[in-house]
Amino acid sequence: MSRALQDRLFTGAIWCCAALVIVAFLWLLGDLAWKGVAHLSWSFLTDEPGNAGRSGGIGPILVSTALILGVASVVAIPLGLGAAIWLAEYTRRGSRLGQGVRLSLDVLAGVPSIVFGLFGNAFFSVFLGLGFSILAGGLTLACMILPVFIRTSEVGLTAVDNDWRMGSAALGMSRSTAVGHILLPAAAPEIAAGLMLGIGRATAETAALIFTSGYVDRMPESLLDSGRALAVHIYDLSMNVGGGDSAAYASAMVLIAWIVVINAAAHTLGAHWASRSISA
Amino acid sequence: MSRWRIDRLLSLLLATLAGGAALILLLVLAFLVREAWPVLSGIGWVRLVTDDGWYPLENRFGLLPMLWATLAAGVAATVLAATIGLASAIFARFFAPPSVARLYRPMLALLAGIPSVVYGLWGLTVLVPLIARWQPPGASLLAAILILALMILPTVALTSLSALNAVPGSLMRGAAALGLTRRGVVLGVAVPAARAGILGGFLLAAARALGETMAVLMVAGNVVQNPTGLFAPVRVLTANIALEMAYATGAHRAGLFASGLLLTLVVVVLAGLTARLVSNTAHV
Amino acid sequence: MKKLCWLRSILTTVCMLSLAGTPLAAQDRLVLTGSSTVAPLALEIAKRFEQLNPGVRVDVQSGGSSRGIADVTSELADIGLVSRALKPEEETLASYTIATDGIGIIVHRSNPVQSLTDAQVQAIYKGEISDWNRVGGKAGPITVVNKAEGRSTLELFLAHFGLKNSEIKAEVVIGENEQGVKTVAGNPDAIAYVSIGTAEFDETLGVPIRLLPMAGVAASVTNVREGHYPLSRPLNLVTKGVATGLARRFIDFARSARVDDLVEAQFFVPLAH
Repeated sequence: MSRALQDRLFTGAIWCCAALVIVAFLWLLGDLAWKGVAHLSWSFLTDEPGNAGRSGGIGPILVSTALILGVASVVAIPLGLGAAIWLAEYTRRGSRLGQGVRLSLDVLAGVPSIVFGLFGNAFFSVFLGLGFSILAGGLTLACMILPVFIRTSEVGLTAVDNDWRMGSAALGMSRSTAVGHILLPAAAPEIAAGLMLGIGRATAETAALIFTSGYVDRMPESLLDSGRALAVHIYDLSMNVGGGDSAAYASAMVLIAWIVVINAAAHTLGAHWASRSISA
Repeated sequence: MSRWRIDRLLSLLLATLAGGAALILLLVLAFLVREAWPVLSGIGWVRLVTDDGWYPLENRFGLLPMLWATLAAGVAATVLAATIGLASAIFARFFAPPSVARLYRPMLALLAGIPSVVYGLWGLTVLVPLIARWQPPGASLLAAILILALMILPTVALTSLSALNAVPGSLMRGAAALGLTRRGVVLGVAVPAARAGILGGFLLAAARALGETMAVLMVAGNVVQNPTGLFAPVRVLTANIALEMAYATGAHRAGLFASGLLLTLVVVVLAGLTARLVSNTAHV
Repeated sequence: MKKLCWLRSILTTVCMLSLAGTPLAAQDRLVLTGSSTVAPLALEIAKRFEQLNPGVRVDVQSGGSSRGIADVTSELADIGLVSRALKPEEETLASYTIATDGIGIIVHRSNPVQSLTDAQVQAIYKGEISDWNRVGGKAGPITVVNKAEGRSTLELFLAHFGLKNSEIKAEVVIGENEQGVKTVAGNPDAIAYVSIGTAEFDETLGVPIRLLPMAGVAASVTNVREGHYPLSRPLNLVTKGVATGLARRFIDFARSARVDDLVEAQFFVPLAH
């Protein structure tokens, strides 16, 4: 086979795969929209659910979801960034300790979410006495998204050109200054991507939350209240409540729109941070 | 305080954070072992492997068919998603016109954020009936593989894309200057340079495929049997937990935790293998 | 030094949060956990109870009958939701029925089979009959849908037909009722058994399924209410020992005629008052 033909085949295969993904995406999203859009309205976003979710809206559920994600992010971001910086900058290549931490994170990333749910229930809800609460759910999710976030952030930090490190050292910067002013901003887009991956997974999580943040669909008054997350609501409507399908599809569309917004925000922030700190 | 002391303090603080993150695994493992203990010690772990069939209420605790089903679904889905996911990352990085590439990445991120419940619901109402018309009963290993692949594909594509983006442009410009075609640059330079990140993404995706619960539960048929064909229904370990945990007591409940433990062990082996693979390739 | 101040403020927040984690006053708060079948109903009853009793909070958590029993026994919950009668070893708990639910056999709407005898159902579930043409339908392999081990619906079904779960040759094993309805709706050759209320409601919504009569009695909410239908189960609230105080008030409310419309809205059968 001639080189040119091989090249053309390769290009063709790549385009085919990309097209396949786009088709699957449009099919899935089109289907959701077709079945759910009739149920969508402004009041759907703000009302309390009625009749086990078949009527009414998802207002309190959106608030609970936001609070759960907020708790998870507030815990996971500093912890995860710290761990990623340590792995990328403070351990030697191939050091035992670093490898051990990496391995345990990779394993942790593979622990099924339902096991996290059971663990979170036993540890946060019962052992620490948080009960069924937004706090317990958020902390469980934080444990769940940490490994993904740490590993992608680490990859991002490692990928920063070594010239930057040497340059900052040559300028007499301390390591902490170099990390804060040079490396983190340079890796910001990757860190944002890792966070998005984690938040995306957390938003979509059902199994880990049924046992921790719970099933109550009332407007939460504090972090210690139980609050139903959107994905739990979708699961309940589609699998447990007869005639809940259109509300389930509508909720799924809200969830997807939410992901789009968060994604765009993280992307912009990451890019903004990267450009500002490096050029300034 | 001198800035070197700040450096030392910071280093210590960071190490503590990393250690804390790693400690979560120990906590989770300890918890699993504690809950599975009645089965491990009372009934004996050997019977988890040798028992014929999974009928915990009739005192039969065989987990092996579910292990094979988990591996079959997880591996096939990962291979499928890895191929298409890497290809679409290459597409977005090297082949797509800029306007398409700008849309492609948010689209992937969006797909990654769709809850597995929704994939499962879609699989149950669209994909399974489609397969059923061709080869009943429809709920099958194939359905599980396809839904899992679709679900983890965005993860593979996003992590691969991140890794490809991190390859220094100078490297590729140099390769292009040497007269390599685009295929040569991609396959010969960019992908090898990004392989650690790409493999990491594969591992992440494989782990997610092995650990996915709700979507598989909705489409795989959940019959406990060895996976003999693509169209036969199977039950994976996670689905076993989710289907029965809420209703299980005593030894039955412990047996379900043993399912979770077994699954975690599979992931440990997988992570160990990949770690070796990555460190081997990284030194070439 | 700025960094250290920042650190301290985080630590303070953490401490405050963990202090806030101590259990709240329990007099005007009820926690209900258990069966996913009962949970949506309990949630609706709880909402009405809260409206009538300002200041009272009733939290409903889903998760399964055995979780309801475990949580009540360990006093994590005040009231457990259990979608079956209590087993002999659970008799230390007090149970209060709030509604009844029937279990019916469903097939696809296009399936010409109008009824099955108990013996035929047995044979189909044991795999002795595997083609619809042997029970008067169109030729085609029967897709047997069974429930997952431990589910109360499964236990009742097995007991009624005198089967053991290991004898059943299933092609699909499901969890919740709606999964059964969706599986049958998507597969013209499938047979399943689910909560009658759910199935009847889905039928009226146009989902392509049909309830088959059981032993000649039409599977309908009406027949369950009148006691003619052979396969039904109670939906229970259970407490550790005899219910007192707020739990007692809630249970009395949930058993009163004031919640009949809520029970019917979830397609269960209210108590005869």
